[in-house]
Amino acid sequence: MNPYRRSPFVIAAAILVYFFLYAPIVGLILYSFNASRTNVTFEGFIPAFSENVVMDGSLVKSSPCGLFHWYCDLAKNDDVAEAAGNTLTIAITATIISTVIGTMAALALQRYNFKIKPFSQLSLYIPIVIPEIVMGIGILTLFSQFFGCANETFNLAGDARLSLGIATVTMSHIAFMVPFVTLVVQARLQGFDKSYEEAAMDLGANEWTTFRRVTFPMILPGIMSGALLAFTLSLDDFVITFFTNGPGSTTLPIYVYGLLRRIITPQVNALSTVWILVVFLAVLMLQILQNRESKSHS
Amino acid sequence: MLQRLRENKSAQGTLLALPTTVWLFVLLIIPLILTLVVSFGRRNPDGNVIYDFTLDNYIRLFGYSTDCPDGQASCFDPIYVNILGRSLSLAFNTTMFVIALAYPLAYFIARSHPRRRNMYLFMVLIPLWTNFVIRVYAWMMLLRKEGAINIIIGWVMNALNIPFAPLEMLYTPGAVLVGMVYEFLPFMILPIYTSLEKIDNSLYEAAADLGANPFKTLLRVTLPLSMPGVVAGTILVFIPVMGTFIVSDILGGRQVILVGNLIQRQFLDARDPTFGSAASLILMVMTLIVTYFYTRKFGFGEEIVVA
Amino acid sequence: MTSEFAVELRDVVKRFITPEGNELNAVDHVTMQIKNGEFFSMLGSSGCGKTTSLRMVAGFEWPTEGEVYIEGKAMGHTPPFQRKVNTVFQNYALFQHLTVYQNLAFGLEMEGAKEDEIKKRVGNALEMVQLTGMDRRKPKQLSGGQQQRVALARALIKTPDVLLLDEPLGALDLKLRKEMQLELKALQQQLGITFIYVTHDQEEALTMSDRIAVMSKGRVQQMGTPVEVYERPANKFVADFIGESNFLEGKVKSISKKEASVFIPALNAELAATPISEGIVKGEDVVISVRPEKVRVAEKGAMNQNMFRGKVTNTVYIGADTHVFVELQGAKLKVWEQNRISRLDPKSFYAVGQDVWLMLMPENSLVLKKE
Repeated sequence: MNPYRRSPFVIAAAILVYFFLYAPIVGLILYSFNASRTNVTFEGFIPAFSENVVMDGSLVKSSPCGLFHWYCDLAKNDDVAEAAGNTLTIAITATIISTVIGTMAALALQRYNFKIKPFSQLSLYIPIVIPEIVMGIGILTLFSQFFGCANETFNLAGDARLSLGIATVTMSHIAFMVPFVTLVVQARLQGFDKSYEEAAMDLGANEWTTFRRVTFPMILPGIMSGALLAFTLSLDDFVITFFTNGPGSTTLPIYVYGLLRRIITPQVNALSTVWILVVFLAVLMLQILQNRESKSHS
Repeated sequence: MLQRLRENKSAQGTLLALPTTVWLFVLLIIPLILTLVVSFGRRNPDGNVIYDFTLDNYIRLFGYSTDCPDGQASCFDPIYVNILGRSLSLAFNTTMFVIALAYPLAYFIARSHPRRRNMYLFMVLIPLWTNFVIRVYAWMMLLRKEGAINIIIGWVMNALNIPFAPLEMLYTPGAVLVGMVYEFLPFMILPIYTSLEKIDNSLYEAAADLGANPFKTLLRVTLPLSMPGVVAGTILVFIPVMGTFIVSDILGGRQVILVGNLIQRQFLDARDPTFGSAASLILMVMTLIVTYFYTRKFGFGEEIVVA
Repeated sequence: MTSEFAVELRDVVKRFITPEGNELNAVDHVTMQIKNGEFFSMLGSSGCGKTTSLRMVAGFEWPTEGEVYIEGKAMGHTPPFQRKVNTVFQNYALFQHLTVYQNLAFGLEMEGAKEDEIKKRVGNALEMVQLTGMDRRKPKQLSGGQQQRVALARALIKTPDVLLLDEPLGALDLKLRKEMQLELKALQQQLGITFIYVTHDQEEALTMSDRIAVMSKGRVQQMGTPVEVYERPANKFVADFIGESNFLEGKVKSISKKEASVFIPALNAELAATPISEGIVKGEDVVISVRPEKVRVAEKGAMNQNMFRGKVTNTVYIGADTHVFVELQGAKLKVWEQNRISRLDPKSFYAVGQDVWLMLMPENSLVLKKE
């Protein structure tokens, strides 16, 4: 009996679900080549190249970039560049910090007994069981109350006034990312045989060297997947960012959301397409790397 | 000093866990306490909070109104209760649809050749990693009066010579449901897949050997063993659906107002943080109650982490 | 070497709290002295405290009471990386992310050895365990036996005073295990280092050791050479655990230093026997142990002292021997007869139901304490 035999119903259902998953994305990409500026209906591809953009009403007749008119348009958009920069700055900073402290916490929770352990472990489940919006408005209240107090007490004015910005977004992101890092690393540590560390110590390595040369390299794949999860959570986050961002700290999701409530040109589709492409390539690269890693280990 | 730390395992553990614990305490637990405090307060005309102890916000949430027709002093206004109920039923329906769609796909992946599993999973991850807001936008384009769905139905109807007026799908509860299902589908596929993948093939063989047909095997072996994945997936879907406001904002317009929209508006448009805080605490309590009873019945698997 | 003993455990107790919250003495007042250059085995079933004792020598655990001495020095809370002992782990604990070469070099790097020296010593070590040319492989690319050799080389490259081996052959198949037993013994003799070897396999312990500590329930039941523990077991546990034995319960009628007379109710007879356990007094309830290969069977005989008539209940042919099960009144005895003559039907010799005579020689009938 072939162990991988599946009934035709299962296969058909799987194909339908994949179709459901991908149809909207394909549509999104298609409309990024739309000649229509209003982007309500698909008015065909942009037909020609020309030195300057030629419009006929709301239709783009020709453009220096031809088919890729909206991508060129996007490249010229400084707001997008700024939002992309903010998004990456926040995601990278928050990922580094949450990975470091999250891994430390995972080691502590998996290896040690200490007084505040039950509390530490329990607090990890908060972001999982409490809706994001509840955390978002809570953090907003905290920051606004704290900043209000601080600004008044120290008579801060002008640029010195504390306000919401990249720092508050990053700090809030770390708060909901750390638990995921910790839980992922903890799960990996569960399968970790202590005898490897004992062997290292037996061979003359002290605690720190043992961690650096043996424990860390061995749990690195777990840490990496924790970090990766944290990074994507940060990139994708809308709700927490929505409540904690301020002037100058707009991220891409916030920027796109802002556009959706106004006029939508195919530029948004171009931006989405670029985003999807970047994510696709990043995930693909990671998969290839992981596969190579696991092959060299087996 | 070093020697003493080396022998004091408890101190080592505390030190390692301290940064995370403090961070979570300051940015998750204190905010929750603050929300509780604010929810008992009143707002002044500028939208600032006056700390007080009044249950007005909660009373208002549960239907007490002083803004009544016929000049009554007070009356029952179900607007907020309806919003809470609508959110709950939407979250419930979304979860059901998501399970129905996710299970066959997860099963398909788990039972495919190990060499192809990664690729199939990868195909689930791509839409998941495409931004949340972008995914709502994609549906907005599809569901519009001039959108692809109407165009395709139009073609079909045209070919069948049936008169057809484009359907108004955007800004309906159905649109919000479809959007929610689409947004959270991958969060159900991954944990179910994880628990299905753990089922050893010999169990299927044993079931067949003992005389179970494929349907009975599914019912008596596969489903029970994959319950941890379904439970984890439900938590990962139900809770965020309860609190999301973008999907209803964009696909529901002003027609479909959920708790999330209510809270968001109190903080931004209506500027009544005290009422918003009360609503958000009610939302939290509702999700906690559901999670508590649900996990108490089925357990809280480690599958929660894999997504 | 500063001390007569390579390793010494003095009245060591290791207490654990079980998950149910009870205290458990995994090691219960153990005292052992292991001489320099000795091949010393700790033998016992799982949970007898042998591995915990070894881990206290390695430094992975610290005694709750008592003290571990290495080369005469009290170890106290010395961490493992400051002890001049090295361990071969049961699961080998080879670093999966490092190559064979890097695994072997690890310990030398920790000593701060120069690269040239590391290269030379790793080369020598690989040669010693016959793995030359495997240096760039990852542990997972090696067979079980090869991994075992890498683990051995990785520990020995540090030239420890004492090598600790925690069931190192447990994961190998029987044939490979037998080969490795002899190789390990030869290696130990060639290097002249002290080996402390933990195993649950009595045959392995007998094959390799200079001395064996038989352990049970956290205590040492007997310490001695393989011959001593087999031929002169200190109590019934040891006689039962090492090899096989027939046990007959009885009461001491008379006892001197050299001989004893024990009344066996099951046989309704007095048996002349040799006193072994210390401190046995007249009138005490004891147990007589007779090894099955030391019982003589005859087809004809006479009822006299230490000779009994019985009936064959079953025979099992196992190649070198035939195991004959004989019922003697109230007792059942197993007897191993060597198949000295080549013949096709061993059952033709002792048929089930046949009457036979069993001779329990006084020098083979050992008087042991009951527990």
